[in-house]
Amino acid sequence: MKNLKYILYAFIFTVIPITVNAQFDGEFVKPRTGKFLLQNGTIVTVTKGTIENGSVLIENGKIIGVGKNLVAAGAEVIDCTDQFIYPGLLDGGSRLGLVEVNSVAETQDFAEIGQVTPNMRALVAINPSSVAIPVTRVSGVTTTLATPSGGLFPGTAALINLNGYTPDQMYAGFEGVVLSFPSSARRSTWDRRSDEDIKKEAEAAQKNLNEIWERAETYYKIQQAKGDLQYYPEMEQLARVIGGELPLLVEVNAATDILSAIEWIKSKNVKAILTGVAEGWRVADKIAEANLAVITGPMLSIPTRQSDRFDASYTNPGKMAKAGVKVVIRSNDAENTRNLPFNAGFAAAYGMGKEEALKAVTINAAEVFGIADKMGSIEEGKDATLLVSTGDPFETRSQIKHVFIEGYRIPMSNRHIKLYQEYLERSPGLEKN
Amino acid sequence: MKKMKYILTGILILGCIITQAQTPKGSVLIKNATVLTVTKGTLEETDVLVENGIIKKIGKNLTAPNIEIIEATGKYLMPGIIDAHSHVALDAVNEATAPITSEVRMADVVNPYDIGLYRALAGGVTISHAMHGSANAIGGQNITLKHRYGSGNPEDLYMKEAPRTIKFALGENPTRVHGRGNGIQPRTRMGVEAIIRNGFNEAIQYKKTWGAYENALKQKGANPVPPKYDSRLQTLVDILDGKIIIHCHSYRADEIYALINTCRDFGIKNIVFSHVNEGFKVAPELAEYTMGASVFADWWAYKFEVYYSTAFNAAILMENGVITSINSDSGELIRHLYHEAGKAQRYGELDDEQTLALITINPAKQLGIADKVGSIEEGKQADLVIFEGHPLSVYAIPQMTFVDGVKYFDIDKDPDDMRLKVSASEAIEPIFLKEHNHRCMQDVDFLFNNFGRSLFNHSH
Repeated sequence: MKNLKYILYAFIFTVIPITVNAQFDGEFVKPRTGKFLLQNGTIVTVTKGTIENGSVLIENGKIIGVGKNLVAAGAEVIDCTDQFIYPGLLDGGSRLGLVEVNSVAETQDFAEIGQVTPNMRALVAINPSSVAIPVTRVSGVTTTLATPSGGLFPGTAALINLNGYTPDQMYAGFEGVVLSFPSSARRSTWDRRSDEDIKKEAEAAQKNLNEIWERAETYYKIQQAKGDLQYYPEMEQLARVIGGELPLLVEVNAATDILSAIEWIKSKNVKAILTGVAEGWRVADKIAEANLAVITGPMLSIPTRQSDRFDASYTNPGKMAKAGVKVVIRSNDAENTRNLPFNAGFAAAYGMGKEEALKAVTINAAEVFGIADKMGSIEEGKDATLLVSTGDPFETRSQIKHVFIEGYRIPMSNRHIKLYQEYLERSPGLEKN
Repeated sequence: MKKMKYILTGILILGCIITQAQTPKGSVLIKNATVLTVTKGTLEETDVLVENGIIKKIGKNLTAPNIEIIEATGKYLMPGIIDAHSHVALDAVNEATAPITSEVRMADVVNPYDIGLYRALAGGVTISHAMHGSANAIGGQNITLKHRYGSGNPEDLYMKEAPRTIKFALGENPTRVHGRGNGIQPRTRMGVEAIIRNGFNEAIQYKKTWGAYENALKQKGANPVPPKYDSRLQTLVDILDGKIIIHCHSYRADEIYALINTCRDFGIKNIVFSHVNEGFKVAPELAEYTMGASVFADWWAYKFEVYYSTAFNAAILMENGVITSINSDSGELIRHLYHEAGKAQRYGELDDEQTLALITINPAKQLGIADKVGSIEEGKQADLVIFEGHPLSVYAIPQMTFVDGVKYFDIDKDPDDMRLKVSASEAIEPIFLKEHNHRCMQDVDFLFNNFGRSLFNHSH
């Protein structure tokens, strides 16, 4: 009997795997690291001009050489003739990785219950195998700020690179606590609250915010004084903001709310970044004066007021940039975060200019997130996070040929592409035989 | 007294003239543009002469006396963009009270003051197909609109030459509204198919009843009782008789295939599938048996039935010979359909002419108006857009938009505020952070409160 057991085990562990393996067709392409030489392309460094016929050398996840005539023994050479090398594009605000199917509540991990939940960390809920991640990164969008939404303090956003098998492998070095600043605007054209209700809700939220903040300041003071504190994770997270360890991402859109937010931020002495800022153009000087950076978008949205010029949302980032505001662009999307470059393209066309719009999705974002030593441009010593394209990556007709994230060569495939490969010429077609 | 009579008659006659007044038609000569005709190639440095709303002549060095001349050197001229699936300028979208509501007409709820019309014009869109929503298996009759923004009369917006169309809907929306919301059929895709089949079979019965009545009338001395008129069933009869084009909201390949079979059984050929995210899976069937597919450029994953989508849908459909268009279904997207079309070049590398066809001649075919609009050809209606930059470039900016030769958008001359009227009930102008970008389920949100879903999520 025992013998039989051994035979059975032997069968299970040797014969079955072999036969199963033999049934698989094709090979799964994984991201892979190594030494790569991207040769003879036009390098748009963003910070140090454009290099024609240049090469980029990548090793151990870093860019170790940028320039002409690089020598690279043992490197895998990728010919980039007639192609363009850009830094990877950073999205300043997205739900990518926090939701799989928008209308299916079971897959929505971006909005926790409760008004004050700053301790809810987006990084915890990132799903590294979200189908939308490979769909996004082949567009050259390599890095996104996964942002929770919902209540007054919906949680802590996390910057992630779109490659890795665990959230920690994806973490790109920035977290910030989100504050949905009390709003006098309607959430969408379906928001049917009365003017009075909107006003009442905003006032209640403002009162709530002030009380919460007072409590947080008290908590912080007791903490600094090494006083006795009960377990209070919400306050602990807000105390990190008050102590300057974490910045505050202040979501605010209507012009009057932006002005209130600026005053509020000044009075609290916190490190803050404004996000949303749909009506920033109306008060651009005030934002510049307050020296606050802005993450805005999407450009591809309707003007906030019916009386506004048709292109108000397209021209918003350009107007803020002209006033001297440091502008970062976001998609504010999930599955279509891949549209970030097209949003930047519209901003460029409607007044921002190509150069400034490119900065808004590369170096500006890296600076605002405090990771400009690692990202945002093609420079020696920075992370090898970049894209290679047949042309301007903001143009829809350009094809993105290669993407590297922290030195990993990303497979240029995803479910959308696989469906294309399977169905372009379906077999059987209309008739079976 | 007699005088009074004359005055009254005069007023009456005048009234008749006013009500029968034509919509404005313009004349203009556009010089030296790069003309993207869509059907007849690209013509460099070419003039287009418009007279009385019609494209009179396309050529070089054209002249015409007493006509506005627009210098378009270095600019692109393309046909007015056509949106085959929109809810622009509609006051109501869903009559969600029964699985079949073919009697209702969107023509009755057109709001000519909708700022969305102007925003669409600013994106080069001259015609939109204003549709009923997707709550019912068979919804209401749609209306094809020409964006003659400025008139307060809804009828001035109707494209009267356009054939009748009707909305159908498959999948999650009708099953959610009726099966889950109201507890009646359909709750499944089986039910949706059965509802549509039942409708057509009842329509055949109805037609027979009327046929019998009409035959009886011919009998000498007969005095038959007429059957009860039913506009719901009569509309379905008109579909069976080929007088109405079906535009069907659909996503999954199985439901699309099922409706193709139903239509084949009833001899219906005039059907266009809309959204049709999984259309790529049944592209050969769509090519063979339908008037094509009207798709999104890249929308997916906003609900479960579009999770297995691909942005390459338009390219796969085009390569399989399906008449394909790209639509907006949104007051936001309608403002940049040229950019939505451009994405078909990122995803599938379609050439310029194929790509422009997605938003011009192809939607015109699907709306049954391709002999009148959708390309720049002599004899067609002068719906035109002038672009700075190639319209498929992300940096393109529409400069002027013409409907029937009349300029309705001019980027340099128009004031910022283009509202036709200001709502008296609005003390403070509301600020909207985003367009609810899929109005297909508008007016039925009250049904979903008990599902614990946010009203502000996509519900296409």
